[in-house]
Amino acid sequence: MTGRGLRIPPVVASVLLLLAMVTFGSVMYRGFFSAQVFLNLLIDNAFLLVVAVGMTFVILAGGIDLSVGSVVALTTMVAAALVEHRHWPPALVIALVLAGGAAFGAFQGWLIERFRLQPFIVTLAAMFLARGLCYVISIDSISITDTTFSTIAQARIPLFADAALSVGSLVALATFAVAVFIAHGTAFGRNVYAIGGNEHSALLMGLPVARTVVGVYALSGFCAALGGVLFTFYMLSGYGLHATGLELDAIASVVIGGTLLAGGVGLVAGTLCGVLMLGLIQTLITFDGTLSAWWTRIVIGALLLAFCLLQRLTQRAEPT
Amino acid sequence: MTTPDMDTPGPLPATPPADPMWLRASRHPLAWPLATLALILAVNASLNPGLWHLQWRDGHLYGSVVDIVNRAAPLAIVALGLTLVIATRGIDISVGAVVAISGAVAALMIGGDLKIVDGQPVHISHWPLSVALLAALGAAAACGAWNGLLVARAGLQPIIATLIMMLAGRGAAQLLTGGQIITIYYPPYFAIGNGFLLGVPVAALIAGAVWLLMTLLLERSALGLFIQAIGINPRAARVAGVRSRTITICVYAFCGLCAGIAGLIVSSNVKSADGNNAGVLMELDAILAVTVGGTLLTGGRFTLAGTVIGALIIQTLTSTIYAIGVPPEINLVVKAVVVFAVMLLQSPEFRRQLRALAVRPAPGGPR
Repeated sequence: MTGRGLRIPPVVASVLLLLAMVTFGSVMYRGFFSAQVFLNLLIDNAFLLVVAVGMTFVILAGGIDLSVGSVVALTTMVAAALVEHRHWPPALVIALVLAGGAAFGAFQGWLIERFRLQPFIVTLAAMFLARGLCYVISIDSISITDTTFSTIAQARIPLFADAALSVGSLVALATFAVAVFIAHGTAFGRNVYAIGGNEHSALLMGLPVARTVVGVYALSGFCAALGGVLFTFYMLSGYGLHATGLELDAIASVVIGGTLLAGGVGLVAGTLCGVLMLGLIQTLITFDGTLSAWWTRIVIGALLLAFCLLQRLTQRAEPT
Repeated sequence: MTTPDMDTPGPLPATPPADPMWLRASRHPLAWPLATLALILAVNASLNPGLWHLQWRDGHLYGSVVDIVNRAAPLAIVALGLTLVIATRGIDISVGAVVAISGAVAALMIGGDLKIVDGQPVHISHWPLSVALLAALGAAAACGAWNGLLVARAGLQPIIATLIMMLAGRGAAQLLTGGQIITIYYPPYFAIGNGFLLGVPVAALIAGAVWLLMTLLLERSALGLFIQAIGINPRAARVAGVRSRTITICVYAFCGLCAGIAGLIVSSNVKSADGNNAGVLMELDAILAVTVGGTLLTGGRFTLAGTVIGALIIQTLTSTIYAIGVPPEINLVVKAVVVFAVMLLQSPEFRRQLRALAVRPAPGGPR
């Protein structure tokens, strides 16, 4: 339904804006233009990148997943409880929470697909279910003292000079690479684009719509759980209030990265751009030092709005 | 017919046997919400024998039921506004943020100082109370109108338009309060959330007034019909001459206004404004109240009375959970399960399957 020419502009706008922000920051603030500042963007937003990559597939398929933030919280909680209270081996715990996240996502996808329910209301209910389950485990924060966890959390992989990456950011980058391959190199990825473009047409073309929709939400649930594991490494604790509002950041990253909310158009690479931009806004506000942290939310909201309006403009230009 | 009454005269013994009265009653739109409310009340009453115990003390009405009604008031008002938005096939998830904004604006403009005038302690507000209230409600309505503009003019999906407001609005509320809890020192303001008028809580009276006003406005004019028409088929409504854009913007603005009123009640009740936590998760409660009340999330059919019953159901559920003695955080799980159940019951596919399950063993049976 959209020409090739229209697929590019929002992504290009994102990249240009990202470059402009980097230039602005480098000119305005001393010490901004350094390799470690940019690597820190990846380290501090590794979990967001993973969650947003999963969200990209859901939005590409024309849906939305509001449950990711609380799935992250539930993952940190389950991981912390099993490792700290039950002393299960970390590898087993991680495998378990990843499978749990995928199953939770698949369940939502099944409800949406099987009973024709609206994605936002199903995932909204799932968001509260997962948040509530955190409190069933424990109302308080559980800090993790397990040596495996803390060793992995503190490990830094030196790249060059004195710049280094964390294990979490490497996992995030690997997830990103796999996601790019899934989106553009597999039948599943092409089905996602087709369903997002027009679900009815996809069905008439004989594509496995039901399986793909369930798969998309399962993928998003898996990514949320993986993001949760990275978040556990990042915070070294499990808490029911972790990652509140993360779903909004993830959706904002995807949209700012140029993916159409209506589905069918967008690039996984754009999401990386969106995540970096969100991180950059926070870094800029930190570097400025005079602005209150609350401005972060307002700026992200404004940016989200600008990109939504930009999308509407490109969409409107199309039928004429 | 938006809110038909329950007490329509039922045909007495002459009812044909194939259509007994209970079956007719069970098809009434409000039957299920009322039955749910009765069930939860019964559970609550079994745990808390004093539930129906009403007292007249110091010229006020006291009792658990009064408490439930009083606490349900802000939720009912938000849910009433949301009902109209949902009826136009929209959704507003920014109501929680707007509740916080309204409370913050009111708290900042009232503030309140204790001064000694002629040896008498007198509370003085920064701005006159009426100005502060109008400003708070105006800000809330403006937030709603902005949502409406984005939906009706810019053509954004309602969930995204209001998501932006949820994000930026929460930030604005935190910015206004500086992330702190702002305490209000001005007793006249507390009447909204804590006061009694003729022995009845003021908050409940406000909720009743909003409900009455909306019912009159929507049933005595064609407005209710227009809103339903937009929800059923926006394009057809526009072609038929309904000014759907203007009405949509007004509906979102009204939803914002309702959230603003609720924000005043909430902040007046706790005598402070909390930009971080006021109205958090209220959007789910409101959506839950609307859907449990029988309004379809797909737009079109809506019922204001159902929404009020829905709000009462949520509040009774909350106080029942407290009465059982489980941690209040478990509330979220229970509510989420209720949403799942209601969603499934509203889904035609699910009902068809249920019917198939029920019919298969005994075709031609009573069901």
